[in-house]
Amino acid sequence: MRLAVHSSRLSRRDFALGAGAGIAVLGLPFAVVGQDPSQGWEQAVKKVLGDAKPIEGKVLIDMPEIAENGNTVPFTISVDSPMSETDRVKVIHIIATANPQPGVAVFRFSPLSGKATVAGRMRLARTQDVIGIAELSDGRFLTSKRNVKVTIGGCGG
Amino acid sequence: MAKARIKLPDSAKVGDVIEVKTLISHVMETGQRKDADGKTIPRSIINLFTATFAGAEVFTAELHPGISANPYLSFFMKVPGPGEFEFTWVDDAGTKVVEKMKLNVA
Repeated sequence: MRLAVHSSRLSRRDFALGAGAGIAVLGLPFAVVGQDPSQGWEQAVKKVLGDAKPIEGKVLIDMPEIAENGNTVPFTISVDSPMSETDRVKVIHIIATANPQPGVAVFRFSPLSGKATVAGRMRLARTQDVIGIAELSDGRFLTSKRNVKVTIGGCGG
Repeated sequence: MAKARIKLPDSAKVGDVIEVKTLISHVMETGQRKDADGKTIPRSIINLFTATFAGAEVFTAELHPGISANPYLSFFMKVPGPGEFEFTWVDDAGTKVVEKMKLNVA
């Protein structure tokens, strides 16, 4: 592949491979400076679970395998649940393991929800695992994770 | 704050599980970016979205800076009967945007 000679494109690529300052140039709202973001996500998970052991694999995280633009990565998170008064999903947490702030959103459902499904768009600072944790009405937790590769677009990947 | 757009089905029957799509314009400033002088641009985001139907809570979202600008949110509701939705977005400054929309229930 022919390397782009245009200087601003080259320097974007260098910054993308680095960290911190360059990301501001790209317009991504994250600067990966200061505290190592990879430490924050475990604490975020612990805050949700406490001492509970979650059941793995029952949270469906639908996201692209490769996100072209880390500023807006679509997601649909769902749990197969009858959503009845006595058997339903109460909350779904989304945690991005390598974002400056791991907690992305907390979604609360009701007996009127019908489906435990929510879609939106999130920011991903770089390639990372996205974790979904569901709290059920019986107190159990479900969890899954999904790896999303983040390219900074531009040079054609 | 700015404009919100809502998409509901044209009509629904009691018991249908319908999808509600919402979109609002907002920069969702994360607090991580720096301006041209190197000063940090302070965080300013919508941090809460709630949807009620006929006065009952349907869905709530607590949003953090990891949610993209112009937050799009889609969720579902099992139609209990006729009524009106009320959607509320609240930002860090406490400013609220409220939109109401009736659902046509056959």
